Amino acid sequence: MLIPCPLCGARDLREFTPKGAAVTLHRPDVGAGLDAWNDYLHLRDNPAGPTRELWWHGSGCGAWLVVERNTLTHEVSGARLAEEEAGA
Amino acid sequence: MRLASRGRIDRSVSLPFSFDGKLLTGHPGDTLASALLANDIRLMGRSFKYHRPRGVMTAGSEEPNALMEIGSGAAMVPNVRATVQELHEGLEAHSQNRWPSLSADLLACNDLLAPFLGAGFYYKTFMWPRSFWERLYEPAIRHAAGPGRLTTDPDPARHEKAFAHCDLLVIGAGPAGLMAALVAGEAGVDVILADESSEPGGRLLTEQERVGGKPAADWVAATLARLAQMDNVRIMSRTTVAGAYDGGVYAAHERVSEHLGARSKDLPLDCFWRIATRAAVLAAGAIERPIAFPDNDRPGIMMAGALRSYVNRYGVSPGRKAALFACNDDAHRTARDLQEAGMEIAGVIDPRSELPKGDYPVFSEARVVGTRGRHGLRQVQVQSASGTTSLAADVLAISGGWNPSLHLSCHMDGRPRWDETIEAFVPRPGAVPGLFAAGAANGVFDTSGCLSEGKRAAGEALATLGVAAPDWLLPEAENQAGSGKTLWLVEGRARAWLDFQNDVTAKDVKGAAQEGYDSVEYMKRYTTQGMAPDQGKSSNVNALAILADATGRSIAATGTTIYRPPYAPLPIGALGAGAQGKGFAPERFTPSHAACLARGAPMIEAGLWYRPSYFPAPGETTWRESCDREVRMVRSAVGICDVSTLGKIELQGPDVGLFLDFVYANGFSRLKPGRVRYGITLREDGHVMDDGTTARLSENHWVMTTTTAAAGQVMAHLEMVQQCFLPRARLRFTSTTDSWAQFAIAGPRALEVLNTVLDNPLRPEQFPFMACGAVRVGGVEARLFRISFSGEMAFELAVPTRVGASLWRLLLAQAEGFGGGPYGMEALNVLRIEKGLLTHAEMHGRTTAFDLGLQKMLSRKKDFIGRSASERPGLCDEGREQLVGLISRSREIGLPAGAHLFAPDAAPERINDQGYVTSSAWSPTLERHIALGFLRQGRARHGERLRLVDHLRGVDVACDVCDPVFFDPEGGRMR
Ligand SMILES: [Zn+2]
Repeated sequence: MLIPCPLCGARDLREFTPKGAAVTLHRPDVGAGLDAWNDYLHLRDNPAGPTRELWWHGSGCGAWLVVERNTLTHEVSGARLAEEEAGA
Repeated sequence: MRLASRGRIDRSVSLPFSFDGKLLTGHPGDTLASALLANDIRLMGRSFKYHRPRGVMTAGSEEPNALMEIGSGAAMVPNVRATVQELHEGLEAHSQNRWPSLSADLLACNDLLAPFLGAGFYYKTFMWPRSFWERLYEPAIRHAAGPGRLTTDPDPARHEKAFAHCDLLVIGAGPAGLMAALVAGEAGVDVILADESSEPGGRLLTEQERVGGKPAADWVAATLARLAQMDNVRIMSRTTVAGAYDGGVYAAHERVSEHLGARSKDLPLDCFWRIATRAAVLAAGAIERPIAFPDNDRPGIMMAGALRSYVNRYGVSPGRKAALFACNDDAHRTARDLQEAGMEIAGVIDPRSELPKGDYPVFSEARVVGTRGRHGLRQVQVQSASGTTSLAADVLAISGGWNPSLHLSCHMDGRPRWDETIEAFVPRPGAVPGLFAAGAANGVFDTSGCLSEGKRAAGEALATLGVAAPDWLLPEAENQAGSGKTLWLVEGRARAWLDFQNDVTAKDVKGAAQEGYDSVEYMKRYTTQGMAPDQGKSSNVNALAILADATGRSIAATGTTIYRPPYAPLPIGALGAGAQGKGFAPERFTPSHAACLARGAPMIEAGLWYRPSYFPAPGETTWRESCDREVRMVRSAVGICDVSTLGKIELQGPDVGLFLDFVYANGFSRLKPGRVRYGITLREDGHVMDDGTTARLSENHWVMTTTTAAAGQVMAHLEMVQQCFLPRARLRFTSTTDSWAQFAIAGPRALEVLNTVLDNPLRPEQFPFMACGAVRVGGVEARLFRISFSGEMAFELAVPTRVGASLWRLLLAQAEGFGGGPYGMEALNVLRIEKGLLTHAEMHGRTTAFDLGLQKMLSRKKDFIGRSASERPGLCDEGREQLVGLISRSREIGLPAGAHLFAPDAAPERINDQGYVTSSAWSPTLERHIALGFLRQGRARHGERLRLVDHLRGVDVACDVCDPVFFDPEGGRMR
């Protein structure tokens, strides 16, 4: 499997570490309450189909990426810098 | 028998080799199989289950019978197919799966038991009694099972692994593959042309054909020469593409020097490739389909195309008089080629009525119904409209048509499609994204068709790359695929073999259907059809057809099992290349490594690092003696310890303080330049991740240290926090762990030792506890931190790694002048336990700041990673297990880590469990066995007596609960 790092180009899977669903980017405020935090920390969808995940290019440039991937076909349809999404 | 002419072998050179100890010769260009045939050796192996005598059946990697052990001793490789093993001088081959010898195999008695050993025998027989399994059934089955033996010695061969990248991978260099490579090469894209044979060309090297007006082999040579001139085309011979994976990644195995007699030390035996490509053309050709008939497994019976290979490519004949049993026109050229090569043709047997003519006996509407010959074919029985005749023949060539080599198209779960017009499975387009099948692999069998298929597939692949295919005039070539019909099985009383490797017969398949195993997946598992190392390359389709017939369904409705990687067996050594021995994990050495070894320090692993356990002094015989001395030395004089392994991360920028406030649970932004602070980081789930100190060297320049163990994890975490949560913060950071050698100088005389190496000595009040700053050591810029992990006055002095080893020697020499010396990990651990300082034994991932007694560090003034979760009531509940100190009531019995704590009168059972020990030491300072551990409501229980039990080590001892800081709780010594 190859992941198209926006900084490095298409790179082998083994240069990356997955970090779960990209909802991690949407961190609740400190006062959001226990329910919001419980949801953020523990509750995840388990999609059969397209999904958005955080991957770390640890053996490459060190960028955190939002990777779009299909869990049924393993097709990777795109990746962008988490930084861009978080800063948007 | 070697033919006088023909073949791509060099008759002027003789290569000596041995088979089962017998000295033989062959020629360059031979495979082991062709060389054995040239020496009139036809019996090449015994079958796996019934130990039937078997000869070579094919000339390619699909070979089910001729499996050999190659080499001897530790370098022996079992299950090598003689058909792909190139002959070289000194090759040592042994037959396998026979005892005591190939011609007299005692386990052949299994064959007499065959009526009882049919498919499903194991399932039905070895059911009960259960206790018989381990003692009787399994050892007996294991003894008789498995083709080949493995050596138990370490693999002495050098394997290699490598990556390759290209725009187009062409798999197979027959007519379709060569044409695809030509077109794509001309289009200018990067091409890899991989072919598993010793020479590219595929069947063009074998068949008596003309391409572009010249002999096919000449066209191959001209094409290869043309490809060799294209810088963008790389030809990889002896390279089997073995698997197709996600994202255009293919696995391939290249035999680099395995085929050479005199091997250079500079060359690996083989190389495992990962090829990442944007598109691929599958031009793997086709595998000839057998016809099953009674007694079809005698040595001398082989595939028609294989026989043509032996005659035309290798210049050998497996016998003197040949018969042909086929149901398609294509196979009839076998008889013509053999006759041309001077062999006698006993007859051509074909079930069809309209047949090509030939200058030999032709039996139309005929079948082979039986064979004779114990260790090799002697006679073929033919049944035709005119009755039954016996033909004397020592070779029988078989062809039931061709099965496209579509295996790779199944590797991503794609199922092939049954094509009614050619009565064969063909690859389903798109089954592997970016893979385009061409030529025989796509069900087009004539040479002209293959050439145009190669051009078409290359064009389609180029289109996906956005590149236009160049105009290309195809050379003229043979364009008659010929007609044919299918014939799967000739019924008879004797067994008709399908899967030669697993000894599966047509009757077994029918039996499976009768017993209700009528789905193809059930049939496969019940009979083991296709489950041998050859994955049923030759036999699966016949088995399916027989199953379809037995269940009254069409083949399309019956479906097929699919193929998995690897396409052909791969050596495990190649898959694990580079990971043997020390290659398993990298080793990280500290700047003092060589000096520590020179002092006789035993090294222990800390992650990938190697660190000294202790430094034995003359007369010391146990680690405890050395450790106790080193602890007393630090407490009374001074000790030096290499702490370069601590993770060091340098941060720069105006927003570092803000960033650290968010990373650490406690505040950092108000730390003054020249000061160091201890901090803890949490995971977002509220548990402690790591601890360490961060120094502010100047307004915008900070250095963070992490524990040795968590350095990588913390670095990844910082990257995430910055990029995902604080993308606008103005800072940059990088790991500098390997750039700095850092030494702890600890003990009452630490400052004195330090001042001997500093260019400008310090007075104590100049550099108070938790200060940091730049200093110079012998003219070298260095960093000094006054921090302590031992509870003594201590400094950590950091210099660039290149001068680390010198500074270590210097510090040691100076320390020894003050009654000090080096100390190792054991002493370091005792010193920190005496002070109740934490490591990952305590921060083990399930403990919170509250559990560790650090709850006061959790800032309430800011948000930080883990804050919200750390405030969950459950994570700071008074009933949780809290960090405590423990002191053994016994002078002799220690408190081992992993032991559990119980009330003095409670039974030591899980239900009464009160806590556990995480770190344990003999304290030379207190002269007591002490430990750190976690105890329910522990902070409120100081002074209580407990029972400590370690069921594993058989320890049961009383201990007292106390504060985790055993020594100098006010911290006066380090200040
Ligand atoms: Zn990258």
